[in-house]
Amino acid sequence: MAVTPVQVTGTVLTIRRVDAYHALTVVAPAVADRFRPGHFVTVSTGGPATATLTRRAFAVHDVKPDYGGTVEFVFTVRGAGTSWLAARRARDTLDLVGPLGRPFPLPRDPCRCVLVGSEYGSASLFALADVLQGRGCRIDFVLGAASADRVFGALRARRIGETTTLTTEDGSLGMRGQVADVLAGVIADTRADVVYACGPRDMLRAVTAVAIELDIPAQVSVEEAMACGTGLCMTCVLPVIGDDGVTRMVRACAEGPVFRGERVRFEDVGTIPFDALGAPRGLGGMG
Amino acid sequence: MTTTGTVDLRAYLGHVELPNPVLTASGCAGMGRELAQFADLTRLGAFATRSITMAPRAGRPTPRMAETPSGLLNSVGLQGPGIEAFLEEELPWLAGHGVRTIVSIGGGSVAEFAALARRLADATGVTAIEVNLSCPNIEDRGRLFARDGSSAAEVVAAVRGATRYDVPVIAKLAPDVADVVAVARSCVDGGADALSMINTPQGMAIDVDAMRPALAAGSGGLSGPAVRPLAVRCVWQVHAALPGVPIIGMGGVLTGRDALELILAGACAVAVGTALFHDPNACPRILRELEDLLHERGFDRLADAVGLAHRPVLRNDLKESSL
Ligand SMILES: Cc1cc2nc3c(=O)[nH]c(=O)nc-3n(C[C@H](O)[C@H](O)[C@H](O)COP(=O)(O)OP(=O)(O)OC[C@H]3O[C@@H](n4cnc5c(N)ncnc54)[C@H](O)[C@@H]3O)c2cc1C
Ligand SMILES: Cc1cc2nc3c(=O)[nH]c(=O)nc-3n(C[C@H](O)[C@H](O)[C@H](O)COP(=O)(O)O)c2cc1C
Ligand code: FES
Repeated sequence: MAVTPVQVTGTVLTIRRVDAYHALTVVAPAVADRFRPGHFVTVSTGGPATATLTRRAFAVHDVKPDYGGTVEFVFTVRGAGTSWLAARRARDTLDLVGPLGRPFPLPRDPCRCVLVGSEYGSASLFALADVLQGRGCRIDFVLGAASADRVFGALRARRIGETTTLTTEDGSLGMRGQVADVLAGVIADTRADVVYACGPRDMLRAVTAVAIELDIPAQVSVEEAMACGTGLCMTCVLPVIGDDGVTRMVRACAEGPVFRGERVRFEDVGTIPFDALGAPRGLGGMG
Repeated sequence: MTTTGTVDLRAYLGHVELPNPVLTASGCAGMGRELAQFADLTRLGAFATRSITMAPRAGRPTPRMAETPSGLLNSVGLQGPGIEAFLEEELPWLAGHGVRTIVSIGGGSVAEFAALARRLADATGVTAIEVNLSCPNIEDRGRLFARDGSSAAEVVAAVRGATRYDVPVIAKLAPDVADVVAVARSCVDGGADALSMINTPQGMAIDVDAMRPALAAGSGGLSGPAVRPLAVRCVWQVHAALPGVPIIGMGGVLTGRDALELILAGACAVAVGTALFHDPNACPRILRELEDLLHERGFDRLADAVGLAHRPVLRNDLKESSL
């Protein structure tokens, strides 16, 4: 059963720089209580009379029991919303909705898991690692980014993973290249049973291709532009193949953000595949 | 201070009485279940479904949304499972939970609208039917019904003819038309029991970094506070011309003040759309704020505020207020 999200006004506990990112911790016991790895939250940005009406989505990095329950997320400054967030200070308040989305499914029995993260996508993998380790799973990390300062969580990964492989596109840390380039080797070395991944769409597509090639399942957490995050607006859809073999345009915020990688038609994101349920036939276009 | 219960908030759509005037706007509240996680749907004046179509529709490609100043552009394109799945899975859930439901319908021809209305005629749990006229007429080279009074009237008459007498038919109008009053009048002549306005006017945004349209579909519907003045103007003009016709006002309502603005222009109820994306608890909050505002202004009944801004200012009123 999915958990019921709540809307709360939380107080910012800390905001700090972590390499290229900002990490914001907010007191929100009702969100923290319900959290499972893979959940995300949305934040209203710009204050009470804001002109930016769509909430910004962030994967939850960590929850802690302090002050009844805190939620931390890690973000990069992109536009108006994230600039506003980066200017928050301790004791400011934040309008938060969460936890949202379908969390990472967990294996029934102990198994070997490779956790793959790119850029701030790594942030959502650590809570997952804790739960998997609690179930007796072996954890190996593959983390990457464009440059060393954008690789998130390398130290923590080294502490909790059996092995940690790092990649950067400019070669400033670890192997030069992208996470998918080294993934096949890591899966082979660790004889992994499953891959969990979070990062940009192209990275998820490449990771899924490797997992399919090596015939192990991949659970991937996608990031699509969202106007609501709560399943109301239908703007965040992508083509996903259902259990019945039929492709549907499903909501990343409600049916996702975590999907079985091989079910996501990454090549067709941004289109309506002709064989999707309800795809236009000839005369299209309504509304 | 709480004023709950001091103002009579009942609103009427034809013969149907709603306990309060705050509704959800079509296409902005999912199937109901999503919003029910945050707010009690039975406390709404009514819940409006997204526009239901005959066949399942996958909608438009993504990106489907772009944020604009105080607004949102969308090109969802009426994605939905089609009427059969709606009748099997969605409507029974709403009816079973006691939610007053306005079923919005969307079609590409008069015949298709009529067929949708017939499919709904014997369904339980339909409080009213809203006809989404912002659909292209495939028999008129894709011209929107909402832009052509006579085809809009034909659709409304066909839906009215196929619908039980005690279920009101609401015609939903678009603001980006030559003469909204003329279209409104045609719809009422066609048998509409009420009107709702505004649907989203067409807009466009270009991503100057990518140097391409921000939406995959190019243009999309603009909603949110950015369109509120358009909504106020449409409600004002239509209420002035057709004072006896109930109007559901919508377009950028974020607060009780915004709702009151549309009511003073002539709306007897208001619908909340884009605000729900920002605040899933918007409907109960707006209702509370509206009730407080009415109370502060000395109203005992919501109905007394409907269209009040049209009343000429009497010299007596001026004298009293300047005392
Ligand atoms: C499920 C999910 C989890 C996410 N987790 C993180 C995270 O942990 N850390 C992080 O830094 N970012 C994360 N993002 C992306 C983050 O939501 C965007 O960076 C943020 O919305 C940008 O807002 P802005 O106002 O700064 O940018 P602008 O470009 O000004 O935003 C304009 C509009 O586009 C939307 N938008 C822009 N970029 C994105 C994007 N990449 N994804 C979704 N919507 C976007 C915004 O919500 C807003 O509506 C996540 C997105 C999703 C969907
Ligand atoms: C994402 C989205 C989907 C919508 N879908 C529909 C729809 O299916 N049928 C319809 O009649 N109006 C639809 N609308 C229009 C709204 O019902 C409403 O008329 C409009 O958005 C103005 O109100 P608002 O500013 O409160 O959102 C949609 C609007 C949005 C933003
Ligand atoms: S973001 Fe609105 S439905 Fe997913």
